[in-house]
Amino acid sequence: MFVLVLMEDCLAKKMEITVSEAEKRTGRNAMNMQETYTAYLIETRAVESQNEGQCSPVDSLWRRYSEFELLRNYLLVTFPHIVVPPLPEKRADFVWHKLSADNMDPDFVERRRIGLENFLLRVASHPVLCQDKIFYSFLTQEGGWKEMVNETGFQLKADSRLKALNATFRVKNPDKRFTELKHYSDELQSVISHLLRVRARVADRLYGVYKVHGNYGRVFSEWSAIEKEMGDGLQSAGHHMDVYAASIDDILEEEEHYADQLKEYLFYAEALRAVCRKHELMQYDLEMAAQDLTSKKQQCEELATGTVRTFSLKGMTSKLFGQETPEQREAKIKVLEEQIQEGEEQLKSKNLEGRDFVKSAWADIERFKEQKNHDLKEALISYAVMQISMCKKGIQVWTNAKECFSKM
Amino acid sequence: MEFYCKASMSSSSSMMVTTRAEFDLPEYSVRRRYQDFDWLRNKLEESQPTHLIPPLPEKFVVKGVVDRFSEEFVETRRKALDKFLKRITDHPVLSFNEHFNVFLTAKDLNAYKKQGMALLSKMGESVKYVTGGYKLRSRPLEFAAIGEYLDTFSLKLGTIDRIAQRIIKEQLEYLVELREYGPIYSTWSGLEVELSEPLEGVSACIGNCCTALEELSEDMTDDFLPVLREYILYSESMKNVLKKRDQVQAEYEAKLEAVALKKEDRPKVPTDVEKCQDRVECFNADLKADMERWQNNKRQDFRQLLMGMADKNIQYYEKCLTAWESIIPLLQDKPETK
Repeated sequence: MFVLVLMEDCLAKKMEITVSEAEKRTGRNAMNMQETYTAYLIETRAVESQNEGQCSPVDSLWRRYSEFELLRNYLLVTFPHIVVPPLPEKRADFVWHKLSADNMDPDFVERRRIGLENFLLRVASHPVLCQDKIFYSFLTQEGGWKEMVNETGFQLKADSRLKALNATFRVKNPDKRFTELKHYSDELQSVISHLLRVRARVADRLYGVYKVHGNYGRVFSEWSAIEKEMGDGLQSAGHHMDVYAASIDDILEEEEHYADQLKEYLFYAEALRAVCRKHELMQYDLEMAAQDLTSKKQQCEELATGTVRTFSLKGMTSKLFGQETPEQREAKIKVLEEQIQEGEEQLKSKNLEGRDFVKSAWADIERFKEQKNHDLKEALISYAVMQISMCKKGIQVWTNAKECFSKM
Repeated sequence: MEFYCKASMSSSSSMMVTTRAEFDLPEYSVRRRYQDFDWLRNKLEESQPTHLIPPLPEKFVVKGVVDRFSEEFVETRRKALDKFLKRITDHPVLSFNEHFNVFLTAKDLNAYKKQGMALLSKMGESVKYVTGGYKLRSRPLEFAAIGEYLDTFSLKLGTIDRIAQRIIKEQLEYLVELREYGPIYSTWSGLEVELSEPLEGVSACIGNCCTALEELSEDMTDDFLPVLREYILYSESMKNVLKKRDQVQAEYEAKLEAVALKKEDRPKVPTDVEKCQDRVECFNADLKADMERWQNNKRQDFRQLLMGMADKNIQYYEKCLTAWESIIPLLQDKPETK
């Protein structure tokens, strides 16, 4: 899809990766019911040995979409500071009427194959992601890969869905850059969705305009039958009208690639948002931990000095039912002091984690921004080129028709 | 005689018809309303029943929300009326018609209209040609062929009219979507930094294509459809003339038969039957001549019309091509070069 800019020591430079085929399979699913699915052939070949003039062997294995999803989820959890490349859409969306919304449709499968290959190339050319062993095994190890992924226990590390989606927790001091970026990713998703929706409608309408011209072909032909001198000119002009009407199919098929390029960035916006979200979660966690530490320190102080500054149920009950003994108080203070020490260490490491995260996430975000600007510019250029080609075809056809008319 | 028809400056309901007899003589102008043209046409049909009279643009505009006072409508009508007059001028018989002459020269046409029959010329009085009730047994082959041709011809034109209308409709619906599509790139441009100019450029480009498309649809509506419809009316006129011819022939044949039944020894053909025969022969000759003329004009008119349609489409695509080609450098521009 896009021409990828390859980093020096990424996997993509050492290994040729293609998703070369798609095949329909039937099997039994988890509930032992028969299902049909598509399997994709991943072929890999080491690049180095080509320099020696010999072709290295091609390794291959079959994977289905759900395995790609598993891989991506693993990467999302394992590298939360990375804007993880998205997968092509699960179901056909933003379709104009001639395109099938059926997952089994050969055109959809073909575009998905390209999208999956693109996904693998993106991961393989990412300086951090390409080094992951699970990713490497995905490409090279047919059997037992699923078990290997699950054994990493990544699902446990995943932030609870509730926390991740909960929009109502308030972060007091987020890094402003991430807040702005999250806002940007929301807007980007919104504008690209809108664009894709309307583009599909535009395609539909354009299809209609071209196809109606085909009717001219038929009527000119019928008319030419009753004419003497005008007949030939009409007949051949009619042929050009047929050509014109037929030309829209290829034009719109090519435009689908542009739509796919936009879709990739629509989904990338989601990945970007996830990174910002992760920062917010970490920051929230940090703030909660700090708050907790502060309150514990306060409790400790109160117990030590005997002053009650903050209301606590325990304090009230002890007032009502009698004070604690000095020994009990000492024990409590000791526990609290331990907790405070633990808390301070945790806070320190959380702070460090937070700062590391911000640093590495921002580095990847800068990399992503550059990639995005480069890719989208390329997409716009190719779109303009498509439009130019369509205009030239139009001029050609109508010039031919005009010549036929002139001979009438 | 040379003349041309100018649309009036002040009002949309009357046309200025200007004539010039010879190159070095001054122009002569009269003001005429649509109803005057209508009157002229009726008079021509009455006084020259054996000839094909060119059609007028439709009296009432039925379709759509056409503004009868809009510039486009007035211009379309002006062109059609201009063509009407030119066709009469080009006709070797009609161009010398008395009513036509009066139409072009009389300062007060209404007074002339009221005079009625007073100034009718001797040739081809309408009264004499009112034949009725005679049924023709069979049309001669050559006229049957013309009739069949005209039937198919108007059918095909009707189909082309429908197709053209459908295309315009589809184009306008396409335009509606494009008008929503372009500005989205603008909105997106507002979110971006480096991509801001390229995206804005694409938005502007789509806007230009919208304008070009609008112009194409307007042109087709104003220039293409009216001419098509005119020719459908023309074929209807011709079919009517054919029917009149049939009537004349039927009358002749009936009278001839009546004479034959009388079984006279001297089968001298009475004068009124002779006159009928004359009439049939004249009519046939006129009609054939008109048909040939009509076929030639039709060929030229359609060549021009269809080439014009092709031209408009070429121009549309050229405008879009220019727009898209001009933004390629903008899209390829590297930020460092700014």
